Amino acid sequence: MLTKRIIACLDVHAGRVVKGVQFVDLVDAGDPATQAARHAREGADEIVLLDITATHEGRQTLLDTVRRTARELFVPFTVGGGIRTARDAEQVFEAGADKISVNSAALADPMLISAIGRSFGAQAVVVAIDARRDPAAADPVRDAEVFVQGGRKPTGRRAVEWAHEAEQRGAGEILLTSMDADGTRAGFDCELTAAVSEAVSIPVIASGGAGTVGHFADVFARGKADAALAASIFHFGVSSARLLKEELAAAGVPVRLPC
Amino acid sequence: MRVTVIDYKAGNLTSVLKTLRHLGAEAVVSDGNLALIESAERIVLPGVGHFAATQRLDSAGLTSAIRAAIARGVPFLGVCVGMQWLYSGSTEAPGQPGLGHFDGQCTRFSESTEKIPHVGWNSLALRNGSRLLAGVEPGEFVYFTHSYKGPVTTDTTATTHYIEPFAAAVERGNVMGVQFHPEKSGDTGLKILRNFLEISC
Repeated sequence: MLTKRIIACLDVHAGRVVKGVQFVDLVDAGDPATQAARHAREGADEIVLLDITATHEGRQTLLDTVRRTARELFVPFTVGGGIRTARDAEQVFEAGADKISVNSAALADPMLISAIGRSFGAQAVVVAIDARRDPAAADPVRDAEVFVQGGRKPTGRRAVEWAHEAEQRGAGEILLTSMDADGTRAGFDCELTAAVSEAVSIPVIASGGAGTVGHFADVFARGKADAALAASIFHFGVSSARLLKEELAAAGVPVRLPC
Repeated sequence: MRVTVIDYKAGNLTSVLKTLRHLGAEAVVSDGNLALIESAERIVLPGVGHFAATQRLDSAGLTSAIRAAIARGVPFLGVCVGMQWLYSGSTEAPGQPGLGHFDGQCTRFSESTEKIPHVGWNSLALRNGSRLLAGVEPGEFVYFTHSYKGPVTTDTTATTHYIEPFAAAVERGNVMGVQFHPEKSGDTGLKILRNFLEISC
């Protein structure tokens, strides 16, 4: 039976894993290669590394980080942050990423999705969408709006429509972050996740709002998510992906165990 | 031990090469260099993406070189599209023949309420003996990402169920294929690749 994936996410700044809120008060949380290997050993089904440096000088540091992280990692490995061109993507793949994730750059130039997919396969292209419900709309969930620049800039695009377009253009997966839920630890936005998941045939990874094991069970059942991103739960709640998955299995969610 | 990995511009080889090297193999890449196939001790044919990309194997003269290597007894492993190519063809690219080593044609998953592609970790049901899967226990998980799959036949050594049962692994003599990505399948995948590197000609 196909299992629900628990994906460990590492935010990386200048070659180090950082923890922080809204990119301020960053606390050093270790070496990316060491942390990624630890998460894989402790049962994560996949690793995502998000580069929050996003400066030109930072790119070489990122490529070195990706190379070191990929060397001893034998589960799928996605890298996102600052990928603006097909050439940027190619360098990250050559450094050892299996998938790249694009966000603002794909909105600015949707052809980027197909350009990367043509060379590396659709399965290697994850389109990340940051969305916020529109309380003024007739249907706040279906009309949820896409934001870029770390959630600061509205785009006027509807998340459900953009996810569908991204699929048509050759995206392999959608990484959906609910800006309403992000940082609340009050649960994923299951309604938004379900609306996007039902609009596409490719997998949807839910992100934002996890605080308890029950939140994960909920986003897989009600939210129809195929995978969920786990970051702060490992800092504040459950200590490893394996423990999270053992509790999910007890709740009837199909997960990869033993792992 | 030396492994020739065939590059026919169907995706990224970095992961496969890295994993083979991690296991101690000397991995060399042939992107049309026939000498590297003629002298190969083992061959891996990776591939992600579209079956039509296998046309490059024909146009570069690799298909006949691979056929000769297989006839010589060289252990051969096809991964993902590289496995599908071992069948007679695929409905994904009806005009493009496969190698025809295994009977049957690859087809798309039937339409259902489930998503296509099939992406993620799914379990193996073992059948028949397999040198490639030696030491793998029933129910072990491996990582898949694909929309087309090979039919279950007498050469199938493991099946996986998604929408319908399909061939997760095939093997006859020195020719093997896996639909999943062993290089991305954690310890189970490493065990399978290690088995491949240890199979004697």
